[in-house]
Amino acid sequence: MLRWLPESVSTFSGDIDALIRLIYYTVGAWFVLTFAVILIFLVRYRYRPGRRAVYLPGNTLAQSAWVLVPGLVVLLLDIGIDIYGERVWEAVKLHQPPAAVQVRVTGKQFAWEVLYPGPDGRFGTADDRQLNGELHVPVHQVVHVTLGAEDVIHSFFLPHLRLKQDALPGRQLTVWFEATVPGTYPLVCAELCGTGHTGMFGRLIVHTPEDYQAWVKAQWPSS
Amino acid sequence: MQREATHAVAPAVPVPAAKLGMWWFLASEIVTFGGIIVAYLVFRLAHPQWLEEAAHLSVPIATFNTLVLLTSSLTMVLAFAAVDRGDERRVATWLALTVALGLVFVLVKAYEWRHEIAAGRVPGESGFWGFYYGMTGLHALHVLGGVVVNACLLIAALRRRLEPIAHRVEMAGLYWHFVDIVWIFLFPLLYLSTH
Amino acid sequence: MSETSGPQAAHAVHPAPQGFVRRYLFSTDHKVIAKQYLAIALFWAVVGGLSAFLIRWQLAWPGEPVIGSGLLPEAFWDGDSWLAQSLQYGSIPAEFYNKLFTMHGTIMVFFVAMPLLLGALGNFLIPLMVGARDMAFPRLNMLSVWTLAVASVILLISFFVPGGAAASGWTAYPPLSAVPELSEVNWGQNLWLIAVALEFASFLMGGINFLTTTVNLRAPGLSLFRLPIMVWFQCIAAVLFMLSVGPLIAGAVMLLLDRLAGTSFFIPSGGGEPLLWQHLFWFFGHPEVYVIMIPGMAAALEILPVFSRKPLFGYRLIVYATFAAGFLSFIVWAHHMFQSGMDPRLAMPFSITTILISVPFALMVFAMIATLWGGVIRFPTPMLFALGVLGVFIMGGLSGIFNGSAPADIYIHDTYFVVAHFHYTLFAATFFGGFAAIYYWFPKMFGRMLNDTLGKIHFWWTFIAFNATFLPMHLVGLGGMMRRIANPLNYDFLQPLQPLNVWISISAFVLMLGQLVFVVNFFWSLVAGRRAEANPWQANTLEWSTASPPPHHNFDTIPTVYRGPYEYSPPGVAEDWLPQHRPLVGGPAATA
Ligand code: HEM
Ligand SMILES: [Cu+2]
Repeated sequence: MLRWLPESVSTFSGDIDALIRLIYYTVGAWFVLTFAVILIFLVRYRYRPGRRAVYLPGNTLAQSAWVLVPGLVVLLLDIGIDIYGERVWEAVKLHQPPAAVQVRVTGKQFAWEVLYPGPDGRFGTADDRQLNGELHVPVHQVVHVTLGAEDVIHSFFLPHLRLKQDALPGRQLTVWFEATVPGTYPLVCAELCGTGHTGMFGRLIVHTPEDYQAWVKAQWPSS
Repeated sequence: MQREATHAVAPAVPVPAAKLGMWWFLASEIVTFGGIIVAYLVFRLAHPQWLEEAAHLSVPIATFNTLVLLTSSLTMVLAFAAVDRGDERRVATWLALTVALGLVFVLVKAYEWRHEIAAGRVPGESGFWGFYYGMTGLHALHVLGGVVVNACLLIAALRRRLEPIAHRVEMAGLYWHFVDIVWIFLFPLLYLSTH
Repeated sequence: MSETSGPQAAHAVHPAPQGFVRRYLFSTDHKVIAKQYLAIALFWAVVGGLSAFLIRWQLAWPGEPVIGSGLLPEAFWDGDSWLAQSLQYGSIPAEFYNKLFTMHGTIMVFFVAMPLLLGALGNFLIPLMVGARDMAFPRLNMLSVWTLAVASVILLISFFVPGGAAASGWTAYPPLSAVPELSEVNWGQNLWLIAVALEFASFLMGGINFLTTTVNLRAPGLSLFRLPIMVWFQCIAAVLFMLSVGPLIAGAVMLLLDRLAGTSFFIPSGGGEPLLWQHLFWFFGHPEVYVIMIPGMAAALEILPVFSRKPLFGYRLIVYATFAAGFLSFIVWAHHMFQSGMDPRLAMPFSITTILISVPFALMVFAMIATLWGGVIRFPTPMLFALGVLGVFIMGGLSGIFNGSAPADIYIHDTYFVVAHFHYTLFAATFFGGFAAIYYWFPKMFGRMLNDTLGKIHFWWTFIAFNATFLPMHLVGLGGMMRRIANPLNYDFLQPLQPLNVWISISAFVLMLGQLVFVVNFFWSLVAGRRAEANPWQANTLEWSTASPPPHHNFDTIPTVYRGPYEYSPPGVAEDWLPQHRPLVGGPAATA
């Protein structure tokens, strides 16, 4: 089942996959267990003439233990999953390492606009450069993406990096990632945004350091 | 009066069905107004500039309206007391007063709205005015609903047909007090917290 | 003080009204009203199913003309009829696709699941199960079903107004839903809001009736902890609905004002906050899915003991667990919003409440399994569907753990994994639960038995095709396919998933086709089915103590209740069942 996940190419994508795997094996075990028990019961206790059912209302504590104890195990496993997950959440959404590259990405019906601050590192100056639907980043560098939207809610989704964040109109939110494998990956919109939603996508191009330098040179030849 | 003892268990809550139903209904109304009031509070705290907009509202008019509504709650209670005594003429008098006061409230509200709209403070003007019209409008609709119900009861009382449905006066009263209480929340939240 | 609409009105024996209109249209009889709800639900199930068909058609073969559209002449598609405008030469444009899933979700949740599980089951069963002659407020009951009918008509009209039906998802997130220019839908969305608000009003009235009837009109001896689980769960569902829907009603008014009166509650350019809607929607939405879930589970919980000939295991525990789940359902809503841009520090608290809520449901599942242990189990159709609820719901509960974990949700959110998950829960409740209930209570409702062989074919067909449809949907989701996209082939990285999408769609068509078996069985049995005795399943609850179908006044004499509802195979009794209303002299089971 998990081999259906797309290739994993960011520093935290492996952690998210590991969490998904952990949950998968945990619930998989429960699945096998409960279905085995149900099937055994259904076969073993199927109707046969002359047999009378056990009268077991399950209203004493000793009897309810048969369901309370498994319930407790479920709770403990859940808590385990949550504690494990807490670290991953922290790493992806709460704790942002300092940025090497900063971009602004704005969703609008129906495209992603990508704005680079240019060599001066500041937005709103003459050397800003806007690209349509193309996000160029260097590999192994922390990228900060400041998300916004012009009209409706969009969702910035990089499946291979396991990163998703809604982009809200009227608000700026910053997410980060660090890509680990050079290549070209889809950047899509994951929140219904209107009639053209299905066509709203762009590309993430993860460059090797040399490539990235070359790309920067090509974009800002003067500096 | 007595419930048919043979048919119902002594219920855990010895409340007549109509009253119980009314309370369930009011519970859902409370969360409706609760939802919009909480949303308003959250916005209000996030937008200090709403203070100035709220200052345009007329506190004297609203105070007058508050008194009108409070008085109508009183007349409603008196109508119910008259029901208890079986005095249908008095019931009609008090109900008529309640209806009249309810109408006064709505008319004053309409005057206020007209005044604000004439001054350009329309619903789309800002978040505050959106909430102002939304909340007072929803409340005014509730007042109107109550006026209609009370008017129906009044007509029944005038035609001396109230007896079989007299318990509805109490239900209408519960509702009317609820509408009153909602206003007691809206009044300070919209008009008074201007400093 | 006099009290005419109170208990004795419902307990007095009124003669059945004569004349078609009073008897079948504007009836105040809860049994007729239940059938009206059933009819509304089945009508909408067809529409919801048809929209699912078109959705799956488009996802398997994007842009291909829908099968059969070629039969209509070119001239028809050149014309400006509604159909020719919606489908372009038979194929589904993205605009129409958005309407399809929006209406599919809205219809299935609000106009199929609720009318079926609450409207039909609750109305039919509560008075019969508590031993009352009717609901506490029969006329309010009539008003509630007619309000739903009006809502239905409005929703139906919304398909045909200029601009067509709503297209911003069943969740209607603003600003998309708040500004007509952004979604290119104008009156469709307004009517959607009005229809949904009326639907809420209808079920509020219904809930008031459920609760008041249960509190006030119980037969003598029927204490709260002798109530069948179905009654408990209907009432808990009514309370959940009542306490959660208010803020969304307020929200719907605000959204309508944004659309019509120029306010900006949810529109950021005017100072509004789009996330406010999401909070209001999900504060309602999460309890709402339990409002559907719980009565569906209740059908299974009623049926399992009957065909295992065993008491329901842990009756009180189940009631308490459901209270707990109901309470917790009010503090989990933001788990739908982990990636929405709300403060990410809130994710952990909401993850924890979400995880807590899985425990009561786990207990319920374990109690169901424990009920099977040591039983004498038979497998007529209602039992098969009840086991179907159990099996399918376990799957849905387990896949929910992925969504409930905020970090895993980063990837999974808004993909087909979520679509697969919620169909496992909602389909379990609505259709497996609904069918279990229909096969089980059909004899009581219509006085005839459904054909069991056809029922079994229907079950296995549905069960296998359902899993063939929705199990692979998890994989498509893991592959990264987003929900609500009209054309997966637009995306290079989704191309490899396309064979799976084709498989899912074909399975879905097989699933829909299988429902014809039910339709045939239903109508055939209605006129020609074997006549049902009063108690064909040898069940204990009060509805089986009266004739099938019950007379207008339900019970010739109101029964007296001596024990709980699940006394199967009790010691000291020769039979393996002991009805709630049967007096017993001496013997240990008499006081159970
Ligand atoms: C015949 C069986 C069904 C099939 C094949 C089916 C298929 C689908 C598909 C493919 C979607 C996703 C559409 C998209 O995101 O583009 C969807 C959405 C949905 N379905 Fe179903 N469905 C079925 C039955 C049900 C039932 C029984 C319910 C609920 C009681 C339900 C509730 C929903 C909801 C709430 C949505 C979300 C709509 C939205 O995104 O706004 N469906 N369905
Ligand atoms: Cu978008």
